[in-house]
Amino acid sequence: MTSSIRGENLLSLNDLDRDAIVEVLDTAEAFVEVNRRTIKKVPALKGRVVASLFFEESTRTRLSFETAAKRLSADVLSLAVASSSMKKGESLRDTIATVDALGIDAVVMRHQSSGAALQVSRYVPHVRVINAGDGLHQHPTQGLLDAFTVRQVLAERRGAAGVETGSELFEGLRVLIVGDIRHSRVARSDIAAYVALGAEVRVAAPGTLLPEFLADWPVGVVDDFDEALEWADVVALLRLQRERGSGSFVPSLGEFTTSFGLTVERARRLRTDALIMHPGPMNRGVEIDSLVADSAAAVITRQVQNGVPIRMAVLYLCVAGSHGGGSQ
Amino acid sequence: MNFVLRQGLVVGVTSVDVADVLVVDGRIAEVAPSVDAPSDAVEVDVRGCWVGPGFVDLHTHLREPGREEAETVESGARAGALGGYSALVAMPNTEPALDSVAMVSYVLARGENSVLDVAVAGAITLGRRGELLAPLAEMAALGVRLFTDDGVGVQDPSVMRRALTYAKPLGVRLAQHCEDESLAGGGSMNEGRLSSRLGLIGRPALAEELMVARDIELVRLTGAPMHFLHLSTARSVALVVAARLEGLDVTCEVAPHHLTLDEGTCATFDPLFKVHPPLRPRGDVEALCAALRSGDVDAVATDHAPHAPELKDLPFDEAPAGMLGLEHAAALTFEVLGGESCSPLRFFEVLSRAPARIAQLRQSDTRVRHGGHGGAIAAGEDANIAVFDPSERWVADRRALASRSTNTPYDQRSMTGRVRATIAKGRLVVVDGRLR
Repeated sequence: MTSSIRGENLLSLNDLDRDAIVEVLDTAEAFVEVNRRTIKKVPALKGRVVASLFFEESTRTRLSFETAAKRLSADVLSLAVASSSMKKGESLRDTIATVDALGIDAVVMRHQSSGAALQVSRYVPHVRVINAGDGLHQHPTQGLLDAFTVRQVLAERRGAAGVETGSELFEGLRVLIVGDIRHSRVARSDIAAYVALGAEVRVAAPGTLLPEFLADWPVGVVDDFDEALEWADVVALLRLQRERGSGSFVPSLGEFTTSFGLTVERARRLRTDALIMHPGPMNRGVEIDSLVADSAAAVITRQVQNGVPIRMAVLYLCVAGSHGGGSQ
Repeated sequence: MNFVLRQGLVVGVTSVDVADVLVVDGRIAEVAPSVDAPSDAVEVDVRGCWVGPGFVDLHTHLREPGREEAETVESGARAGALGGYSALVAMPNTEPALDSVAMVSYVLARGENSVLDVAVAGAITLGRRGELLAPLAEMAALGVRLFTDDGVGVQDPSVMRRALTYAKPLGVRLAQHCEDESLAGGGSMNEGRLSSRLGLIGRPALAEELMVARDIELVRLTGAPMHFLHLSTARSVALVVAARLEGLDVTCEVAPHHLTLDEGTCATFDPLFKVHPPLRPRGDVEALCAALRSGDVDAVATDHAPHAPELKDLPFDEAPAGMLGLEHAAALTFEVLGGESCSPLRFFEVLSRAPARIAQLRQSDTRVRHGGHGGAIAAGEDANIAVFDPSERWVADRRALASRSTNTPYDQRSMTGRVRATIAKGRLVVVDGRLR
């Protein structure tokens, strides 16, 4: 367990304790203000080089990370490896060695294989590795920005600033995560973040979309989805990951929607102050009805907005706190 | 060259005695408390060492032809000799597969030029595709005594049934890699609480156990003998033990890594720990160790699986499965059998005598020109001998391997017990832990 990511890699939220997570949220709070300025830039990482290495398709995460790095004045090397190196037979080690040879301080990495970021961190121990999503394993910055968004909204309701609340607003907070938990790195990171912060987490999904050995996870399983909607303070919906074969885990999308989609009727059961979240991209009409996604309870756009300050905070803490190095 | 092994603890089938072993012209000439050696005989002092039949590996991937950058018959044989082996059974999952007279003959010929005896396991089906029978009778006529599609199991029960029925009168044994690919396919580690947390797709124990159960029923139906390769779960072994009690002719092996490593190693996402069947939870590891000690498991077989380094630098789910085994198996087996309390009889039983029986290498075979393995240390026997020093402490080093590959999970592990000398094909090929 790590109690601060300063100068460290960010590979998995399972490694972080409550203090480490609160530190990121508090740091991000300061960067929210930067993003509201006319000149949205601070010199925190001036002269530092951040490589963005996306082996898997991504739009929002990549844009968000690169925007964050630029607002910290870092130089960004954006390498299009999604379809190139591996298909030409290059090993992960060679790919990262090539990038490292250009002289980098940090690598932001997305990969379709679980554990790829951890492997890379062993190949380049002098470079800070930030996991931007690895297979079904972890998506740490998504977990952080989800927690950040919840804290921000709840703090506003109290008329307080998020930083003043620490992890207090998560104590006893009831979070319901719905959908394809089995194939979701977001679920694995969200659960780690919420549980570390003191929230109670339950999951709802068809049995086939729940992970194996769920009894070992720090979550409860919902028997009755409709009742659970009345219980929840936060409802987080997950995309059905059809590209990972989820399609064959349920008889049809229609049946999934009937059983676990957040339809307009179901949304009526939610408590009036409940928050609706979705990490995107949404399949409107599948896991979430379009009207619900655009309703006042939905904080989905906020989640996207908060991606930048959270990633600024992560880059700042991981990289500014490191000695820097470039190639060995 | 003639030589005499002086004052080792000679490990017979039922007893051990301190004796000299004289080898003349590739055969054991005399075993006695004190031997008068001819003047040209090389003296080898093996006091404190165990002298028993050379080890026989039922499960070696020599990678030739097709993957010579990872291993060749020659390099694999040298690795085997360092590990105390005098005979290896080469697995047929080469490229192309060993599924014809030509391919089997090629590997046998390469083996004749190597430092030890190389037997071949032929493929059960053409191209190991699990569809059409390979020419089992033609390969059997070359001396092939084991057949397997290892790397994968024969998935279709009707094909496996047909293979057993066809093989039975040939006097050969079919061996199965037990994993139902419809359950295990796409998985890269044991399915369990850890795979769930790590987001790695699992290969459930059920995938192995279902095929073990299925094949036991096929053995019952056909009456053909069968060998179960690299069993990795407590339940698999229990199924085989129950079948044996019913009188079915079934044998099984376990691999050193399934006896010494558990699934926890996969949390590193280091592909060195990726293997099929996968490393299992601690409970299975302990059950396998107990079964090896009790005799429920017949043999230790390495599943020596060299891979070029770049392939083990791939992400965990993309990297090929398998790890090296030949050069560390003896020390690991010694550890599992109790270290200081290890019985030398059991040690040579699981590493040499049982595998030699299963592979039918006990008698020398002039057609394939291999000598006899796994027998007594007695006058008249072919000189295939392993000399093991149970007290030597050493540290495994991936840079010091004879294998062409380095994908061992045991780098820098402290070991007790080491092969001091190996006599294979009647020649002293390893002395003082080094190839001559």
